[in-house]
Amino acid sequence: MSQTTLPTRAGALAETSAPARRLRDHGRATPWLFLAPYLLLFTGFVIIPVVLGLWMSLHQWDYTLPLKPFVGLDNYIDLFTPGSTTSGIFWQAMQATAIFTVSSVPFLLVIPLLVALLMNAKFPGRNFFRAVYFAPYVLGVAVVAVLWRYLLDNNIGLVNYYLGLLGLPDDTAWLTSTPAAWVALVGVTVWWTLGFNAIIYLAALQDIPVELYEAARMDGAGRWQQFLNVTLPGLRPILTFVTINTLIASANMFGQSYLMTQGGPGRETRTAIYQIAETGLRNFQMGDAAAMSYILTLFLIGLSVVVFWLFRERRGARK
Amino acid sequence: MTRPHRRAQGRAVLTASAMLATALVLSACGGGAPSSGGDFTGEYDGPEVTLSFWNGFTGGDGPFMQQMVDQFNEEHDNITVESNTMQWADFYQRLPAAVTAGEGPDVGVMHFDQLGSNAARQVILPLDDMVDELGLTGDDFTETVWEAGEYDGQRYGIPLDVHSLAMYYNTEHFAAAGITEAPTDEASFMAALDALQAAGYDTPFWMPARWPGHLMFMTLDWQFGGEPYAQDGSEATFADESGVQALDWMRGIIDEGYSPEDVAIDAQYVAFKNGETSITWDGIWQFNDLEESGLPYAGAPVPNIGGQESTWASSHQFFLPRQDDENRMNAAKVFIAWMSEHSEDWAGAAMIPARQSVLDSGALEGMPQAPIAEALDSMRFTPTAPGIGTVTTETLEVAVADGVLGAGEPAEVLEEAQGRATQLMEENLATFGQ
Repeated sequence: MSQTTLPTRAGALAETSAPARRLRDHGRATPWLFLAPYLLLFTGFVIIPVVLGLWMSLHQWDYTLPLKPFVGLDNYIDLFTPGSTTSGIFWQAMQATAIFTVSSVPFLLVIPLLVALLMNAKFPGRNFFRAVYFAPYVLGVAVVAVLWRYLLDNNIGLVNYYLGLLGLPDDTAWLTSTPAAWVALVGVTVWWTLGFNAIIYLAALQDIPVELYEAARMDGAGRWQQFLNVTLPGLRPILTFVTINTLIASANMFGQSYLMTQGGPGRETRTAIYQIAETGLRNFQMGDAAAMSYILTLFLIGLSVVVFWLFRERRGARK
Repeated sequence: MTRPHRRAQGRAVLTASAMLATALVLSACGGGAPSSGGDFTGEYDGPEVTLSFWNGFTGGDGPFMQQMVDQFNEEHDNITVESNTMQWADFYQRLPAAVTAGEGPDVGVMHFDQLGSNAARQVILPLDDMVDELGLTGDDFTETVWEAGEYDGQRYGIPLDVHSLAMYYNTEHFAAAGITEAPTDEASFMAALDALQAAGYDTPFWMPARWPGHLMFMTLDWQFGGEPYAQDGSEATFADESGVQALDWMRGIIDEGYSPEDVAIDAQYVAFKNGETSITWDGIWQFNDLEESGLPYAGAPVPNIGGQESTWASSHQFFLPRQDDENRMNAAKVFIAWMSEHSEDWAGAAMIPARQSVLDSGALEGMPQAPIAEALDSMRFTPTAPGIGTVTTETLEVAVADGVLGAGEPAEVLEEAQGRATQLMEENLATFGQ
C-alpha cells in the first residue's frame, strides 16, 4: 500500500509548485470562494431573516393581508405598556423562561460533568453506560413529552403510583400545579438532554494530558485537588461553550411545556418562544412576535456576554 | 359484526348515480354568477387533474375519509384526489402560509369557526355560485350549521357534518349503581353521581382542566342562558352571570368530591377508557375509539344542567382555497359536491351528516351517535367572526383551566380573560375593517 501511495504523493507535491504561483495571482478571490458556500447559507438563513425580522417588528405584519401598516416602534412600546394586549402575557412568558433557565442550567452543567467523569473511568460495561446516558437525547421532543406526560399524570400515572409504594407523597400534581410542573419540566429536560453535554465533557476530559495528572500526583495532590487544579482548568474553554449553549437551549425551551403542560396550569409554564409562536404563527401578529423575539435576543446576547466575561482567561488572578 | 357504514355503501352507489343524473341536468342549465374563478357547471370535463386535498382527520375519522376519497377517485376518470392529512393545529397554521406562497391545496376541510379568519385573509374563496348551481339551500341543512358556513354575507363553507359534545357512561357502573336511564337534567345527573359513589365508584365524573374543559364550559354557559361571544364578534361575554355559574358548577364537581383534583390533559378520557371513572363528556368523534376499546359504554346527549337545552357543537366544512387554475377549481367543486352528497358514509366516522336529506334517508340508523343527533336542534355554535378560534385558545381555555384547577375564583379568572378576549376581538375587527 505504502509503495503505491508514495509516488502519487510525490507527483502531487511536484505539481503544486506551478499552481502555487497561480494561487498567489488569484489570491484575492480564493478566500471568498472558500467562504462562498457558507456565506450564502449564512446570508440566506441568518442575515436576511434577522433584517427582515427587524423590519417586520416595525409593522403591523399579518402576512396574509395585503396591507401591512408601518407602526414604528409601537410594537415595542406596547410590550412595555402595562395593559396592552401583548405586554402582560409577554413578560409572564419571559418570567417563565427565566425560571426554567435558572433552574435547569445548573443541573445541565453539573450532572453531565459528573456522568462524564464516571464514564471517563475504566470499568467493565463502560460503553453500555455511555449509550444508556446518551440514549434519551436521540428521542424527539414529542416522544419524550408524551411519554412523560402519561408517566407523570397525578391521577393515572406511574410516577405517583411508585412514590406511593415507597411511602412518599403520591398526590403531587406534576403537570397541573406550580412549582411541581417546573420540577417535572426541568427533570424531564435534564434526563432528556444530559447525554449531549456529557459527550462534549467526555471528549474534553480525554484531551487533558495524562502527564498533568501524573505531575499533580507527584506533587501530592489528592483526587479533589487534581479535579480543581487539572480537570477544571483543562475544561475551561469547553465549559464556556457548554454554558452558553445550554443557556440558549434552555431559554429556547418550547416543546416540553407545549406538549406536557400546554403552558399550564393556566399560563404559568408558557415560555417566551411558546408565546412568540402563538402570537406570530397562530394569531398572525408577526410584528408583535418579531418585537418579542428581538427583546428575547437582547436578553440572550447580554447573558452570553456575562458568561464570556465570567469564563475569561484571568491572567492577573492566576498569579 | 357488520359495521353499519358497510351497509351504507350499497346505497351510496345508488345515490351516486342519482347525483350524476342531477349533475347532468344541472350542467345543461349552465351559467351562474362567477365568484371563484370560472362558471361551475356541476361536472368537470377538462384535462386530467390531480387535486391536493388537505384535512385534519388524524383520528378514528381518518380511514372513513380516505375510503370516501378512494370511492370518488374510482368514479371519476379525469380527477384524482390525493389526501394530505395533518393535525388540525398544524393545518390552521400552515394553510394561510401555503396559500399565500401559492403552494396551497386545491380543496380542503376546516372547522366552521376558522372560515371567517381565512375568508377575511382571502385564503379561501366564496362558493355562492356553486351553491346556486347545485341547488343547495338552507332547507336541506339545520339552520345553525348552514349559517355557520357564511361570513360577511357570503358562503365560504359547504357543511359536511355536525359534531358535538356528548355524554358517555360506563354501562357496567350504571348497572351496579342501579341507574337504568341516562340522566337528562341536573337533578337526575347529580342523583346518578351519588348513586355511583354509593356503589363504590368514588370519583364517577372527572373534570378536565384542559380540552374538552372549555367545550363543557361553553355548553354550560349556553345552558344557563349565556352566550360566550357577541354574535357580531365585537366582544367576549363569557364572564357574565351564566358564565360564572357554569365555571362554578364545574369546580363544584371537584369540591364535592365527584372528581379528583388536578385532572391533567387526556387523563379524564384515559380514566374513562380504563373504567376508573363512570361518566365523561367528550366529543362524539370518540365513539369509534371507545367501540374499539371494548369498554361497556353508551352515549347520550349532554344533560341539561342549566335549564336551557344546549350543547356545544362544531362543523367540518369544505372550502376552496384561493388559486388561479380554473380547471382545478371546477374539479375541486365537483369533489365538494360529491362529498356533500355522500355524507352518509361519513356517519361511519361517528359524525352527524349535515344534510337533512341524508339524515332522513336513515344514515344514522343503528349508529352509536344516533341518540345524540336527536338533540341536533339544541346544538350551539360560536360566531364565525375572524380569529375567534385563536381568541378561545388564548383566553377562555386558560381561564377554564385556572378555574377548574382552583388557581383562582371563577368570577375573577373569567373576568380577566374576558377583558383580554374583548381586546383581541376589537383588534381583529380593526384589522379586518368591519
